[in-house]
Amino acid sequence: MQPVIDEFTHAIRLSAENRAPLLIRGGGSKDFYGNLGGATGRTGESILETGVYSGTVDYEPTELVVTVRAGTRLADLERELNGCHQMLSFEPPHFSSNTTIGGCVAAGLSGPRRASAGAVRDFVLGVRMLDGKGEDLSFGGQVMKNVAGYDISRLLAGSMGTLGLLLEISLKVMPMPARELTLRMEMDEAEAIEKMNSWAAKPLPVSATCFHGGELTFRLSGAEPAVRAARERLGGEEVMDGTAFWESVREQTHPFFQSGMPLWRLSVKPTTWPLFLPGKQFMEWGGALRWFASEADAPAIRVAAEKAGGHATLFRRNGPSHQADAFHPLPPAMLKIHRRLKEQFDPYHIFNPGRMYAEI
Amino acid sequence: MSSTALVASLRAFLPAEAVLYEAEDLRPYECDGLSAYRQTPLIVALPGTEEEVLRILKVCHAAKTPVVARGAGTGLSGGALPHAHGVLLSLARLKSILEIDPAARTARVQPGVRNLAISEAAMPYGLYYAPDPSSQIACSIGGNVAENSGGVHCLKYGLTVHNILKLRVITIEGEILQIGSDGLDAPGYDLLALMTGSEGMLGIVTEVTVKLIPRPEKAEVVMAAFDDIRKAGDAVANVIAAGIIPAGMEMMDRITTHAVEEFVHAGYNLEAAAILLCESDGTAEEVSEEIRRIDEIMESSGAMEIRASSSEVERLRFWAGRKAAFPAAGRVSPDYYCMDGTIPRSKLSQVLSGIEALSQKYGLRCMNVFHAGDGNLHPLILYDASKPGELELTEEFGEKILHMCVQAGGTITGEHGVGVEKINQMCAQFRPGELEMFHGVKAAFDPEGLLNPGKAVPTLRRCAEHGAMHVRRGEEKFPELPRF
Ligand SMILES: Cc1cc2nc3c(=O)[nH]c(=O)nc-3n(C[C@H](O)[C@H](O)[C@H](O)COP(=O)(O)OP(=O)(O)OC[C@H]3O[C@@H](n4cnc5c(N)ncnc54)[C@H](O)[C@@H]3O)c2cc1C
Repeated sequence: MQPVIDEFTHAIRLSAENRAPLLIRGGGSKDFYGNLGGATGRTGESILETGVYSGTVDYEPTELVVTVRAGTRLADLERELNGCHQMLSFEPPHFSSNTTIGGCVAAGLSGPRRASAGAVRDFVLGVRMLDGKGEDLSFGGQVMKNVAGYDISRLLAGSMGTLGLLLEISLKVMPMPARELTLRMEMDEAEAIEKMNSWAAKPLPVSATCFHGGELTFRLSGAEPAVRAARERLGGEEVMDGTAFWESVREQTHPFFQSGMPLWRLSVKPTTWPLFLPGKQFMEWGGALRWFASEADAPAIRVAAEKAGGHATLFRRNGPSHQADAFHPLPPAMLKIHRRLKEQFDPYHIFNPGRMYAEI
Repeated sequence: MSSTALVASLRAFLPAEAVLYEAEDLRPYECDGLSAYRQTPLIVALPGTEEEVLRILKVCHAAKTPVVARGAGTGLSGGALPHAHGVLLSLARLKSILEIDPAARTARVQPGVRNLAISEAAMPYGLYYAPDPSSQIACSIGGNVAENSGGVHCLKYGLTVHNILKLRVITIEGEILQIGSDGLDAPGYDLLALMTGSEGMLGIVTEVTVKLIPRPEKAEVVMAAFDDIRKAGDAVANVIAAGIIPAGMEMMDRITTHAVEEFVHAGYNLEAAAILLCESDGTAEEVSEEIRRIDEIMESSGAMEIRASSSEVERLRFWAGRKAAFPAAGRVSPDYYCMDGTIPRSKLSQVLSGIEALSQKYGLRCMNVFHAGDGNLHPLILYDASKPGELELTEEFGEKILHMCVQAGGTITGEHGVGVEKINQMCAQFRPGELEMFHGVKAAFDPEGLLNPGKAVPTLRRCAEHGAMHVRRGEEKFPELPRF
């Protein structure tokens, strides 16, 4: 596999010499995400496809750790883990069958289990990467606890490929729950918010929640007796195709996501009262994640998210007319640190310039 | 700036008792939990508000004076060791719990709040803060963030990094950073992760918002005794392989059980080569099911004795022995040196035999207690500092253990941090390019290198002078080490 890395290094050095954009691309499943995803036609721009660097480096189920090459397809990795009754418990979305684990970590997106299990970054244990000078660097490791050096592996999770090219990633994996059960009950939004938060304050095996169209759908996961006891306690109608439902939430194939309107992702304090923004809403993560299909102005949405202790991302533009930046603007002091970090990792500004913020 | 001038500029906005500079006042701050290293600072500043922290940093920045943050001073790697020409910034007076939000399950606290005080304040709501370092009655949340501290329950509930939502941080340049959010993520780079475990090198934490989680309905612990340490190691792997993530899984070797049993009377099996404590928590239904399965696994892994706690009193007694391990070391030996390497669990018996061989070679006893669930070893090397040369021998022994951990694919520190103590071993774990990137990250926050200078990341020159070679997984660069 070294020849592949050598090719990557060569590509990086060439772009660095020419001060030209180098777009890192896994499966292209998230070209829609962020600013300037996919080819943009900038001078000298080239695309580095990571798919050629794929496969599992090391997987020892009893260590709860897997190390994979970044170009590995997420579906292939999940299949391998499945074989040992293990999983990536942050349930990352695929959005396409080509999605790679590198793209998944770089985008930092997590799925329905996020509120109870944690996010992508919570499971990243170590990375091997190439920086903007083509240097081959490793941070973190394959063990659960490691405080040697700054936590650069987690910094890379969600950095949208703007700091470096991920080569290999070590992830903590978890056993699959013995039993899962999806239930549903009718209620209004305020009641749903109250309920999801009060459940989260009790020792209950609730592993996912979703509120939409007057219905609260939730999933219980764990040992059979625990799931049975929680079901009796919480009530609700069993949803027969529960797995398919959560799949549609995770992959955004649920009808809500097909509206054709700009899709906003509001990450807020979970107890936030109903947000009255124009358009339609879909709620997850115990109230902490609120999707809006809305034509409202970006500033209005961003102010609402800030007031709710969070931030708003223009997740899918759904049409080229929408000019707002994808990500929530950073305060000047934070932007300064971001610029300086970028300078250290990618001094020639080649990796995905502008994909996250214009300045980095 | 002269020390008198510095004192004067701090006194301009701090009360007299918040600026210490007389030798006898400085003495209590000369070391943290790693008392082998001592140094008095020029000045100790004890701010009582965030505003005061900001002004102190501005004064120090303008005067190009080093600043070392200190929480409770329980750190075990010399992270809070003062700088001879610097200000020691104690956050101990910032100890208010600003807000508990039981509905959103969060607590917003000042950095000097003790770890346990958060859980105590959350108790009436049936909530608690999960990371529970053994030092939790004393250590501060600011120190926990700076070290990314863990505890016996972190296999299931995570480390500090997994349990905080938001920080207020002041940079040495005097800027306030709001990192994280009240939601589950924040825009931009994950500076929350970067700050966690950064050992006071990047900024001063002035406020922490932590997650609170529901107290489990029930907890029970299984004590399993093994006649061979390898069997105990396999039992750990077998529990995980069965899909169980115990709330805690700790191992102690024979010399440890003997040392603690003497004064805790935990009821451990003293014949055993090693004992495992494996805890299950959750709803009553979950716990009884899990304990049944753990019992079976211990049995099939060849345990010579298995006992489940039959009451809360007994559960706490089983744990009391584990928690008394460090004090017990202090009772059986004049001094002890606590190591903190982490290894993949599968390398457990290999590394333990290696430690045993080194113990014989150096003629120093070593107690092994560790967080077996996550492979975090705490070998306690027993020595006598009053015997000439024994500390040096101990440090050499310790360094070899850490190299062995790196070679086994692990790390030199799982939770205690690098500080001054393990700075040379950083040269063994990282290559020059990686160390340079760490310096780059530091420069992004603190271009002049004023915060905690000389800690955590060695200069390349230091690595060259120490002659420490980079060791990689599987490479055998240390032929003098025993082979196993
Ligand atoms: C008996 C004993 C048992 C222990 N058990 C455990 C254990 O089980 N798990 C574990 O992880 N650790 C353990 N420790 C180590 C120690 O308690 C932890 O590292 C703890 O987090 C240190 O907190 P502190 O407040 O004492 O920090 P200090 O020792 O005062 O400082 C530690 C570091 O944090 C920096 N710092 C402190 N406050 C701030 C701030 N507000 N902003 C920026 N930087 C800051 C300091 O500069 C220093 O680098 C143990 C220590 C002892 C003595």
